[in-house]
Amino acid sequence: MDIIEILFTASFWAAAIRIATPLILATMGELICERAGVLNLGIEGIMVVGAFAGWMAVYSGTGLWVGVAVAFAVGMVFGLLHSTLTVPFGLSQHVVGLGVTLLATSATYYAYRLALPEVTSPPKIAAFQPYEVPLLSEIPFVGEALFAQTPFTYFAFLLVAAVAIVLYRTPLGLAVRAVGENPSAVAAQGLSVTAIRMGAVIVGSGFMAMGGAFLTMSAFDSFFFEMVNGRGWICIALVVFGSWRPGKALLGAVLFAAFDALQIRVQQTEIGAEIPYQIFLMMPYILSILALVVMSRRAEVPAALMVPFNKGER
Amino acid sequence: MSTHPEEVLRLDGITKRFGELTANDAVSFSLAKGEVVALLGENGAGKTTLMNILFGQYTADNGTVSVFGKTLPPGNPRAALDAGVGMVHQHFTLADNMTVQENITLGTRPLFSGRLDRKAARQRIVELSERFHLAVSPDAKVGSLSVGERQRVEILKALYRDVRILILDEPTAVLTPQETDDLFATLRQAIANGLSIIFISHKLHEVMAIADRVVVLRHGKMVDGVAIKDTDKTALAALMMGAEATPPSVAPANPGATLMELRDVTTRDIGNAPGLKSVSLALRSGQIIGLAGVSGNGQAAMAEIVGGQRKPADGSLALAGEDITKWTPRTAVQNGIARIPEDRHKTGTIADFDLTENAILERYNDAPFSRGGWLDWRKSHRFASEIIEKYDVRCPGPDTTIRLLSGGNMQKLILGRVLEAAPQIILANQPVRGLDIGAVNYVHSQLLEARNRGAAVLLISEDLDEIMGLADVIYVIAEGRLSPTFARGEKTPAELGLWMAGQGFDEPVREEGGHHAS
Repeated sequence: MDIIEILFTASFWAAAIRIATPLILATMGELICERAGVLNLGIEGIMVVGAFAGWMAVYSGTGLWVGVAVAFAVGMVFGLLHSTLTVPFGLSQHVVGLGVTLLATSATYYAYRLALPEVTSPPKIAAFQPYEVPLLSEIPFVGEALFAQTPFTYFAFLLVAAVAIVLYRTPLGLAVRAVGENPSAVAAQGLSVTAIRMGAVIVGSGFMAMGGAFLTMSAFDSFFFEMVNGRGWICIALVVFGSWRPGKALLGAVLFAAFDALQIRVQQTEIGAEIPYQIFLMMPYILSILALVVMSRRAEVPAALMVPFNKGER
Repeated sequence: MSTHPEEVLRLDGITKRFGELTANDAVSFSLAKGEVVALLGENGAGKTTLMNILFGQYTADNGTVSVFGKTLPPGNPRAALDAGVGMVHQHFTLADNMTVQENITLGTRPLFSGRLDRKAARQRIVELSERFHLAVSPDAKVGSLSVGERQRVEILKALYRDVRILILDEPTAVLTPQETDDLFATLRQAIANGLSIIFISHKLHEVMAIADRVVVLRHGKMVDGVAIKDTDKTALAALMMGAEATPPSVAPANPGATLMELRDVTTRDIGNAPGLKSVSLALRSGQIIGLAGVSGNGQAAMAEIVGGQRKPADGSLALAGEDITKWTPRTAVQNGIARIPEDRHKTGTIADFDLTENAILERYNDAPFSRGGWLDWRKSHRFASEIIEKYDVRCPGPDTTIRLLSGGNMQKLILGRVLEAAPQIILANQPVRGLDIGAVNYVHSQLLEARNRGAAVLLISEDLDEIMGLADVIYVIAEGRLSPTFARGEKTPAELGLWMAGQGFDEPVREEGGHHAS
């Protein structure tokens, strides 16, 4: 089977959408933070903690959506930590973000050992199952690729629409964007820069945790160490790729996931067997870097990204 | 405007201290409906601090602000806005990447109130901009607007909120004379609509033109509050300065040899900014050469050519007869060209460096500040201290971050930095823009002194009064072309104005290059 043929199979695109979902969720979270002017490098760790929290909640007997809510809430707690340090205290967003990632990751592994001291292989949960949307799933090709996913994936797509609507159509979204462009403008209009930025980081972190939760609750049905595997960092690049716009970022996530799905399949072709598999693993990253170089030329970076706001400074 | 019965605002005994400094000392005044009160004072007199207290951005140590009879809670801009106070800050508070409409409607509706009613908002903006003659497109990105247009957006922001009291902090500092006239027309319209205005300025003729009453601040204290009809410019200047302010007297020039010469220099246009078109100019020792013209007519190219930041596309440069066409800013500095840059914040200083570092910025790699690759901080420090003392830079000391200084004091440091090297050629590009009268006179007297000791001074200014008062010979630049030389007093302002508008350049461009200086 050659590469062109692979691209025309619905199962390939179904896999791409599945691989894209956690990226979409976490990218939306990062995008909200960055639109408000805060770079959240805690994303990698927050995804780990979200993956664990959602899975653990379901393992302890809650429903699946309750598990998602638990992941969201735990993500918000780390968002609160991150934003407290970076917004009112104005500390370095790089240092705080990496600190949050290290803390969240270690805290997760610690909690895992605390909760399951005896186990050698982590227990499985009854994860989200694919749900075929009536009528839509019967559309040839598109139906199989898009509308036979788990409900968590549908939620991710709805989230992108919701983020876009809130950002561009509501007073709240206007304030979030403005606070990332020029916080003084927001302060001069009588709004609280601190509250808006902290709110954005807290909610954004919640969505990052949901992205992690997708891994343990929909893509797989269990929790493994290292399972987030750098997806958080990819999301940071996807925000840039998407030029800080939700729709474009969604596109970027699907594109990256398609590269990823493709390399798995190409490995299994005849030519693929000749080449070391590491080359294929690199492929999505190399293509992402190239895409990033092209796309970010015209990117409009929020002007106040990573600039702390100190009231009354000259 | 005869009587103003209804009081809309009252400041009562406002006192504010920043550490040792008392920025406002028991200031009280009131504002009536439909009245324009000018707040007059030098830079650092406490005008902006006072208005930031009124607008709730600072909290006063003492005193109260009341609007329409109600006392405002301190330190709350929201409360001030809700009470109908709007402020147009000196440094605009606009988001460049967002549209005019987005900037105006930001924060005007509760955050969680659902959708923005963009159609209604747009209609209201269009209506307001028509009523108050504030032409600006609601869909334009703020970043693409001129300074004058941005100010209109700031004013619209306030009007959109139905403010009753409008505070304008140095609104004309960034405007051309034409834009200033437009602004005044808008303000008169606003007054006719029942608004009251506080107009902060240090420009006397503007205060005389727009205000009903003037409140003068000096060193944080209110020295007087008088009706405009009972005073005049001289009296106000005296109140503001604490003594009669006299511009330096200009002795006749004694021009010597040609130090630097531009021969048929042409540079490329950059975007909308025209380059030089076959310009020839001689900078002679002991002479102030004034370059008049409307902003953006090639002054930037001229300044960059002389300073070595730009190379001519055609033509040549000579320094004392030697060809220097291919020189750099560094060789320019080493060859005794002193540069007072147009924008002291962007290209004159590094905001977060201290005074010592800024003082040696151009010569850090030369003796005595550097020896064998090592910086000599002790000598640098002493140099900065000398400048501070000699040029009266008001600051806590050479270790102060320069960002904390007022514009006038920053400019004094730059002056000291360049003049201490006893330069032969001084490039003064808009040296007094945004400065108060005291600082203006100081800068001018320093330039005259440099001329008298034999330096050539190229004075670039958009202020024709400044050029006519100071320059020994005058050139006009328009669209990158240079007029013939005019001697001091040879042309009236109106005649020079025609040249500035591009008239008189009828002859082909080649001819313009023909008149090497006498």
